[in-house]
Formats: sequence, C-alpha cells, structure tokens
Amino acid sequence: MAEAAQTEQGPLTTIVEDWSSDVTTFKAVPWGKAMMWIFLLSDTFIFTSFLVSYMAVRMTQTDAWPEPSVVFALDAFGYQAVPLLLIAIMTFILITSSGTMAMAVNMGYRKRKVAVFWLMLATALLGLSFVGMQAFEWTKLIAGEGVKAWQNPMGAPQFGSFFFMITGFHGLHVSAGVAYLAIIAWRVLRGKYDNTNFEIVEITGLYWHFVDLVWVFIFAFFYLW
Amino acid sequence: MATAELPYQETMPLHHPKTWIGKYVFSQDHKVIAVQYGITAMAVGLVALFLSDLMRIQIAYPEFMEWFVEDYYYQSITMHGMIMVIYLLTAFLLGAFGNFTVPLMCGARDMVFPFVNMLSYWVYLVSVIILLLGYIPGLGGPTGAGWTLYPPQTITEGTPGADWGITTMLASLAVFIVAFTMGGLNYITTILQARTRGMSLMRLPLTVWGIFIATFLGLLAFPALFVSAIMMILDLKIGTSFFMPAIVSLGQTLAHDGGQPLLFQHLFWFFGHPEVYIVALPAFGVVSDLISVHARKNIFGYRLMVWALVFIGILSFIVWAHHMFVAGMHPYFGFFFATTTLIIAVPTAIKVYNWILTLWKANIKLTVPMLYALSFVLTFIMGGITGLFLGNVIIDVPLSDTYFVVAHFHMVMGVSPILAIFGGIYHWYPKLTGRMLNDKLGKAHFWITFLGTYIIYFPMHYLGFIGVPRRYYENFDSSFYPASAQMLNEIITWTALVVGFAQLLYVLNLVLSYFYGKPAGDNPWGANSLEWCTPDTPPGHGNWGGKLPTVHRWAYDYSVPGTDKDFIPQTVPQGQSS
Repeated sequence: MAEAAQTEQGPLTTIVEDWSSDVTTFKAVPWGKAMMWIFLLSDTFIFTSFLVSYMAVRMTQTDAWPEPSVVFALDAFGYQAVPLLLIAIMTFILITSSGTMAMAVNMGYRKRKVAVFWLMLATALLGLSFVGMQAFEWTKLIAGEGVKAWQNPMGAPQFGSFFFMITGFHGLHVSAGVAYLAIIAWRVLRGKYDNTNFEIVEITGLYWHFVDLVWVFIFAFFYLW
Repeated sequence: MATAELPYQETMPLHHPKTWIGKYVFSQDHKVIAVQYGITAMAVGLVALFLSDLMRIQIAYPEFMEWFVEDYYYQSITMHGMIMVIYLLTAFLLGAFGNFTVPLMCGARDMVFPFVNMLSYWVYLVSVIILLLGYIPGLGGPTGAGWTLYPPQTITEGTPGADWGITTMLASLAVFIVAFTMGGLNYITTILQARTRGMSLMRLPLTVWGIFIATFLGLLAFPALFVSAIMMILDLKIGTSFFMPAIVSLGQTLAHDGGQPLLFQHLFWFFGHPEVYIVALPAFGVVSDLISVHARKNIFGYRLMVWALVFIGILSFIVWAHHMFVAGMHPYFGFFFATTTLIIAVPTAIKVYNWILTLWKANIKLTVPMLYALSFVLTFIMGGITGLFLGNVIIDVPLSDTYFVVAHFHMVMGVSPILAIFGGIYHWYPKLTGRMLNDKLGKAHFWITFLGTYIIYFPMHYLGFIGVPRRYYENFDSSFYPASAQMLNEIITWTALVVGFAQLLYVLNLVLSYFYGKPAGDNPWGANSLEWCTPDTPPGHGNWGGKLPTVHRWAYDYSVPGTDKDFIPQTVPQGQSS
C-alpha cells in the first residue's frame, strides 16, 4: 500500500514515508548516537537561553560596559596589553582539540584502538589546558581587576555576573567532557567496545564538538561584541 | 514496506535482577518504573489536593481557621500550583504513562537505555524530597511567591520563604529537569529507533504520538526554566542582579541594581507555555485512543490528528507572552502574541472535531474510561473557549488576575489532563495488574469528580467577571464584593471538599481491585494496539517473550465491515481479520 502511494504522491509524502518507515527513523544510527543528538539539541536551548538573557540585559544596561579589548588584554612577549591574546590561544587550543577528536573518530572506525586512545587522551589534555587557562583568566579578572560576579569597578555589575556564569557553565561542560573522554579512552584501550563498531568514539566526539561550537558563540558574544 | 532486520531490538540485553530489591525497587523494567512514577506523583498530588482544600476553606470562611495565617495561604497557593503542574501532571503523563505505554505500544522490549530510565525515576524522587524539604519547621517554610515565582518579590524580604523556601523550590526544579531529561531522551530515542517490524511512525497509536511531541516540547522548554532557576539562585545567594532592578524594600535600598524582572517572565513563560502542552498533548493522545477503543470505531482523520499535534507543538513556542499582557510589554508584542495564540485554536479545533466525528454513529460503550474520555473532551472545550477570551489583549486586561483566569486554566490544564489520566488508569490498569478496577466505585468516582469540578469552576467565571481578584487571602468586607460572590464561594468550597474526599474512592479502588478485582484476561476492552497483544498479562520482563511482534496495520481497525469480530489487532496480517 505504501509503495503504491509513494509513486502517486508528491515529494513531501515521500519524505514522510521514508522517515516513518518501520523499526528505525534514522537508518544505521545507533541508539546512543540518536540520544546524544537529542540531548545536544536540548543543551543548545540552555546555552541559547543564557546568551539571549545576556544580550537582553546588556542592551538595556545604562551603566558602562567594559571594553573587551581592554579588559581581556594581557601583557606578554614584552608588549603591554595585547588585546584578546589569551582568548585567541584558548580558542585555538579548543579548535585543535576538535581536530584530534575527529582523527580519533576516524581511527575508531578503522579499529585502531591504540591510536584512538592516544588521540582521545590528547583531546582531553587540550581540554584540560583550556580549563586551566580559563582558571587563569578568572583569577586575573577577580584578583587583578576586581571584577566579581556581583560587582564590577569598570561599570555594570552584570558584566561579571554573565561572564562568570556563562563561561563557568561552559567550563563545567569542558571539564565533564575531559572526564568523559578519559573514561571512554581507557575503556577503548581495555577492549570494552571490541564487539561494536566503535561508534562510542563518535558519540563522545559529538559532545566534544558541541562544546567547541558553543565556545565559538560565547567567544563572539563576549569578546568580539 | 520492506521488513527490516532487528538485530538489536530483538536481542537487546536486559538486566535480569535476582533480588527483590533489584526487581521492584531499583528496577530497570519500564513497567516498574512507570508504577514508581505513578505512585510518587499521585502521593504528592494528594498533598497538593489537601492544600487546595485548606485554601478553599480559608476563602469561604476566613475566620474559621485561626491558625491558617496569610503566609500559609500564599505558601499553599505556590506549592499547590507547582506540585500539580510539574510533579503530578508532567511526571504522571510522561513518567508513568510514557514509561508504560511507549515500549509496549512500539513493540520494544524496554526503553533503549533502561539504566538511565531507572536513574530518571530516582532523580525525580530526589527532586520531590527537596521540594518537601521546604516544609522543615523553623526555616520559614516553602516559598509563597505564587507558582510563577516572579522576581523581585520572590526573593525579597517579606515574601514567605524568601530565603530557604525559594532555595529548595529552585533546586528541586533544577533536579526535576535533570530527571525529566534522562527520561525524555529515552522516550524519544525509543520511539524513533526501537520500534518493531512493521511499526511505522504513521501506524503508532496517538498516545505515543502525544507523548513523543510532548517530550520534545519538554526537552526544548525546560532549559529556559533551568536557566532562570540558576540565575535566580545566583541573585539570591551571591548577590548578582540578573532579575533585580534597583529597589527599595521595607524601607531599605537593596544592593541590587540594573537587572530585568521582565526577563525572568519571558524565560519562565518560554518554558511555561509549552508546559501547558507538555501536559495537554499526552492527554490528547490518550483520549484519542480511549474514544476509538470504547466507541468501537476508527479514529477520524488519523493523519490530521498527528499533524495537529505537531503544529500545536511548534506553535506553543511562539505564544508565551500572552501570559504577560499586563506585564508592561510593548503593545505590538501583545498584538503578535494574541495572533499566534488564536492560530493555535485551529489545530486544536481540528482535534476536537475529529473526536466528535469519531463518536458519530459509533457503537459507544459507556465504560468508565470512556466516561472520562468524553468528559475530557467536554471540559477541554469549556476551558479552551475561555482561552480565546484571554488570548485577546483587550479582553485579557480587565480579566487578568481575576477568578476568570483561575477557572480557565483549571478547566483546560488542571481538570482536563486529570480526567485523561483517570481515563488512562481505568483503561490500562487491567493490563498492568491483570485485574479489572471495580466498575461501581469507578462510576461513583467519575460522577462526583466530573460534576463536582463543574460546580467548582463554572461559578468562578462569574466571580471573575464581577472582578473578584485571585490570590487574595481574605475578601470579606470589601465594598465591591457582593453577597452573591460570598455565597458562591461557600458552595465552591463545600463541593471542593466533597470532590477532594471522593478521590479516596479512587485510591480505595486501586488498592482493593489489586487484590480482589475481577481477572481481566489479555484484552478486556477488545483493543487493537500492541500492548494488548503481549503473551502474558501483566507483561513479563522483556514484554514479548521469545519473539517481537510484527505489525501489519494501524491501531484503529474497529468494526471493519465484513469481519466476524469488531476489532482487528495490529499483529493480524492484512487480508485476515483475526
């Protein structure tokens, strides 16, 4: 019945028929991967709510908002106050870690467990160094410039509030990701997934790329605006 | 339609516990988890019911309960609302019905990740416990801010529970959202990826469709509540000013400055409006199935019913500010949100017409589940039509914060989903336990509840029109408050007490029937959907015995002409009738 209907009806019907075919909607997609995608969709709404709240409050602020090129500057290499230096390095590191993660996924599908282990470990270490630099940045803002979550000597206190809340929430995601990567890397090496197609590596990778992508938005909204 | 291989669905590894605790307490079986969700939700719902009766006594006889002071009243309002909406309705419709029906109706052995599913229940239980911690004596009690928790008053001195109570409330909500996410991911993945042979999405019973769309709404709407809960806790505990403007409270200038109270309202209602449909859509689905089964007729316009669910789900995300017409938004916003709100009436009306057309010339059996399903349709029409009034800015402004609003939302998202839940329980209890619920007790419970809710909520529309404000602790001696309003309030209170106590009939029925009920057999209603085709009743662990069922048709082949029986289960091949 369904086949006959498809040929007579338009492309929209065909799409619906394909999607609604029996057993699985997304062919050859393991359960865990489907679940991770849906989770990330939900998590996207969390970060979107955070960022939209930030934009709404910032746009209606009457107090001064700190200049990002000044407040996020760093003295380094003999130069005074290089704008966005630290954050450029942090962003570079996080994006590099997405590269090593992608290589790990590739090695996973070739069943090269040792390569997967080292690449995932490298990803985790890059993530860890990102969190470390974030801690350094926080320390500099809090101890050096007196910005707290509830006060800001340079103007609107909401700057500190949103900055610490959103980068903190993202930092928690990175930290959780580091732990997740380390556990999966260890389990891969121990042979826990030998009977599978190593899709777990890709699932972990989905999460990691998502955290990376969120950072791109946070970077744009906090450091470039 | 090609039949796919089921390498994983068929042989899905199931956790087989050896101990009693593993089987019935920390169980990974979706049916046990459903019962755990159901019992917890009903228990906490009875608490909320008790609170509402206390409030009704206070409203009708302000001098009767000396000990019931203003703070208690506001705390009861808040806890009643929050418990009913989140911890009873959401948890029951998705946690209990979702867990029970999704794997059975899809033809799966269990949810795709049973362990996460089990965690979902236990985290939900933790959220309930945190919520009730608000009642610890000596700490100021739970929050009395109203269930919408609007800042700044929610966290300023003078509001009951402005310190401890609001902390437990927000923490409990955040934990609930974690629990919901774990469950919701399971429901969606199971429906999308773990159906049995032949079970296409367009052959799913509408119950599953309703739960599917509602879970999506939950996963996309709860984040806004989660974010606002985090921001409010930070405002309260470490002195940020996300939602707090410069403010003078009790003669003192607070340290807050520059925050946006309206932002909270937007975040809250971005969650809050889809929440209405998180509760309504599973109820729609359940009622569609009940009407079809007990009217012995196929559901009218199945595809349109599915698409209506989808469009209601999408539209529910762009109507939220109709809760905020008097909040001081730009009037053009009001115009936009009034328009989108009225557009929702179209898919909703399609559903109502389809229910009625399903009943048209049907072989209607007035069983207890059917009585509940019919009363749902009636009540939903009543509550929905007053929604059209409140959706228009110009009518909403004078009616805002009156009893008209109370009547509207209780009818449409309080009473209606509860009626659908009762209908679903009377319908599926035989499959769950293998015994029928007592018919006489069931009918008594139905008529008292159904007629009672109308005596309670109908007069409230009138109270709203004459301007009686909601949430007032005491209305005596106001010049605008006529004697008729007082008389109605007394009638409402007495009815509410009767309806409240009548729920004990239902609890009694659940307990007694479990031990003494008439044995149900595999398929007492003559229903088609897969859960009635299990080899055992109640279904065993893994649901289907050795082999998963194969589906050959939709779930609504009732009274097909030229067949000997008036139903053809989904497992019967095309061209055969039994």
